[in-house]
Amino acid sequence: MDVLEETVVDLASTPVRELNKALHEAEPGSRWRVENPRGAHNVAVGIHEDIRVTVEGHVGYFAAGMHQKGWLEIVGNAGTGLAENIMSGTVHVTGSTSQSTGATGHGGLIVVDGSTGARCGIAMKGVDIVVGGDIGHMSAFMAQAGRLVVCGDAGEALGDSIYEARIYVKGTVASLGADCIEKPMRDEHLAELGDLLAAAGRSDDPADFRRYGSARTLYHFHSHNTY
Amino acid sequence: MCGIAALQLKDPALRSQLGTLMHGMLCEIVERGPDSAGISVYGDARLNPEGVATVSLLDAGRPDGDIAAALTDLLGVPATVTTLGDTTLASAAASTDELSAALRIAAPGARQIGRGDSVATLKGIGDPVGLAEQFGLESVSGTQGVSHTRMATESAVTASGSHPFTVADDLCLVHNGSFSNHASIRRTLKAQGVEFDSDNDSEVAARYLATRLQAGDTLPEALENLKAVFDGFYTLVVTTADGLAVLRDPIACKPAIIAETDQWVAMASEYRALAGLPGIEDARIFEPEPGEVYSWTF
Repeated sequence: MDVLEETVVDLASTPVRELNKALHEAEPGSRWRVENPRGAHNVAVGIHEDIRVTVEGHVGYFAAGMHQKGWLEIVGNAGTGLAENIMSGTVHVTGSTSQSTGATGHGGLIVVDGSTGARCGIAMKGVDIVVGGDIGHMSAFMAQAGRLVVCGDAGEALGDSIYEARIYVKGTVASLGADCIEKPMRDEHLAELGDLLAAAGRSDDPADFRRYGSARTLYHFHSHNTY
Repeated sequence: MCGIAALQLKDPALRSQLGTLMHGMLCEIVERGPDSAGISVYGDARLNPEGVATVSLLDAGRPDGDIAAALTDLLGVPATVTTLGDTTLASAAASTDELSAALRIAAPGARQIGRGDSVATLKGIGDPVGLAEQFGLESVSGTQGVSHTRMATESAVTASGSHPFTVADDLCLVHNGSFSNHASIRRTLKAQGVEFDSDNDSEVAARYLATRLQAGDTLPEALENLKAVFDGFYTLVVTTADGLAVLRDPIACKPAIIAETDQWVAMASEYRALAGLPGIEDARIFEPEPGEVYSWTF
């Protein structure tokens, strides 16, 4: 088997801007390894070619922001705003993430093996997010499209003011937000959840999950909602 | 936005490195609050000799030697007075109450911004790393410390508005966030006779905790009471001679990350401030849950 050449970037000696510039100019199919991130912000933002990047260590805020293509793995934890506005491709975090994971994401897949902080999937617009552990409060706030899968528990006010998007939770939900309700699991939901879990490399049984989504009562203005 | 970095050393073997470790942490939180900073250090033999009380002053108004001579006269024991940047530290083998009272005479125009048998608080405006160098942070030893870099939002950039607020013996508070009902709580506390050093909202929280601890609360109990009374955004670190506590408000917009090993426990606004600590690779790293009080005692 051919061993593909891998470019190593050591953030102990290379500024993040140089790393990101190199990743933006990378050849499709190239492989990259990033060492010593030491909690740096904005690591590997704006990747727009089909490349594979592994970051060895914990990253700070906004890692993998605007991820457009390719596969990025962070072997560690990530701070606030992981993969914010992701468009497509895959971002995998082996540890846990802070708040606003996948905020406003339009597409692609985010996999967090650990847990996330508050506001996971806030304003998500089509991204799929699979979390191995728990998610914090106000997750999927104003979610518009996409799927959020939680293999642990969800915090308070899940799916508050949700437009669309489907939420699957295996554990407990501390409370549902405004206009978010439990919905029946039909065959198509079991099938899409099975696909998402498989894509995330997980072996959880889709039958153990419950589905939540929008009651669609906030779509239109009602005069009785005035104060 | 503000930056917080706090470190408690459980392992006595590390205590000679407290200042070096705190300096490394401080350098990583400068961008979060470049306008002013403050540092409190517990148990340094130079800043806080055994059996000696220390009071921190701003605007001392007189040369160190004159204040020291006046204090020695008033207290009947030798006093030392050292100015480091904006802060003047006065120490003497007396109680903090005696030293504080003597300083009101020896340095009548000064603001007393810190006091205790175990803690020394240093504050100033300007570049936090420059201040740390003025303070000689890297040569400090001790049991624990907290540093704060401030990006002022609700009151002026002054040394007195910098954190930590060390408002009672060995009690320090640092805050990232803003309180929305501090003015009414300030009025209530003033009516009870509490005096304030600044217009800063965080000082109100520190004064409130001091009154609760005075009334007999444990530190975790005092923080539970604070959570019930204060409205706003906050990540707080509170230190006493006995330990360290962390509390985030229930909405938890303000960041906090904790790392703990058998040798130390550290809290910072961002992970990068923890990345240089010895043994971080094997530390238990987590974000404190919203609204939950965490505390560690020696």
